[in-house]
Amino acid sequence: MLQSLVVLMFFQLLGELLVQATGLPLPGPVCGMLFLLAWLRSGWTLPVELTGVATGLLDHFGLLFVPAGVSIIGFGALIMRDGPAIVLALMLSIAATVAITACAFGRRQAAQREARSRSVP
Amino acid sequence: MIESAKLAGLLQGPLVWLPATLAIYAAATALWRRHGKAPILNPTMLSIIAIGTVLLASGVPYPAYLDGVAILNYVLGTAVVALAVPLHRHIHLLQGRTLKLAVALFAGSTTSLVLGLIVAKAAGASLETILSIAPKAATAAVSIEIARGIGGLPGLTAVVTIMTGITTAVVGPYVLDLLGVRAPETRGLALGVSGHGIATARAFSESEAAGSFASIGTALNASLTAALVPLAVWALGLM
Repeated sequence: MLQSLVVLMFFQLLGELLVQATGLPLPGPVCGMLFLLAWLRSGWTLPVELTGVATGLLDHFGLLFVPAGVSIIGFGALIMRDGPAIVLALMLSIAATVAITACAFGRRQAAQREARSRSVP
Repeated sequence: MIESAKLAGLLQGPLVWLPATLAIYAAATALWRRHGKAPILNPTMLSIIAIGTVLLASGVPYPAYLDGVAILNYVLGTAVVALAVPLHRHIHLLQGRTLKLAVALFAGSTTSLVLGLIVAKAAGASLETILSIAPKAATAAVSIEIARGIGGLPGLTAVVTIMTGITTAVVGPYVLDLLGVRAPETRGLALGVSGHGIATARAFSESEAAGSFASIGTALNASLTAALVPLAVWALGLM
């Protein structure tokens, strides 16, 4: 477990360093994630229990953004003022995003494949 | 008896707030599980409400609380790095469909971002608010970092991001049914791109294939949103 944590934290540090050094408009941890993905794809050696540790961390993903979320207590006036605009922006953009992503990826893909596989005896 | 000065000191460090946060989150998670993982009982949302209420009632300022739970903020970054592992595990599902995926991802990500910005601006939201909701479709860990980078309010972004996940989990399946979308891969991808981890959990409750594609959508959109938000904010003249 310790080895896996060291690997994850190393890639976190690597991502942060690269972002700091280059001024890339990307969060450090996202950059670290992309490095780790490249490493995994290359098939180089990694601690065997990395999958377990990563899954364990992600099982409690929700806990980790509680601290940032609690800062909402300082925004009472802002929520009163902009609350309706936020709700409207969320509802419209979410409905459109789900619809557009689905249509672009092909909404009848599986049905077509099924039909094709049925037509081949 | 503990002197009040010592008590005040305790309320600054991790001794009180770290275990309190873990305990509240564990209790919220238990409640959520007992009610069939209903999106509306999202444990992160419940924990934020509970801890926020305790802080407001006890008069402990937010920075003192944040000091106590700073380690969780660090581990958040570690967990984002760990997203590479499920992404790697599911990436084979994309063979031969990368172009379609790239188009769908780009279309969805841009819609979420640009429409969110335009509607919020048209509805008269303040600039801080507009900048805070721009990265809402990225998973919270990432959206918070993006908000910090463009001058939004990370706390507001965290809450708006969680609301985005819950709304997608509740409304998304209705939109997909309305459009007659039945392919699990497509349903999963659309939910993941729009509503990150929370909607991914909803996709897994439909099928393993939908969940896997939602995970892919979540991870890829986190990266794409991080790249697109600063660009869109600049292009729309908001920064």
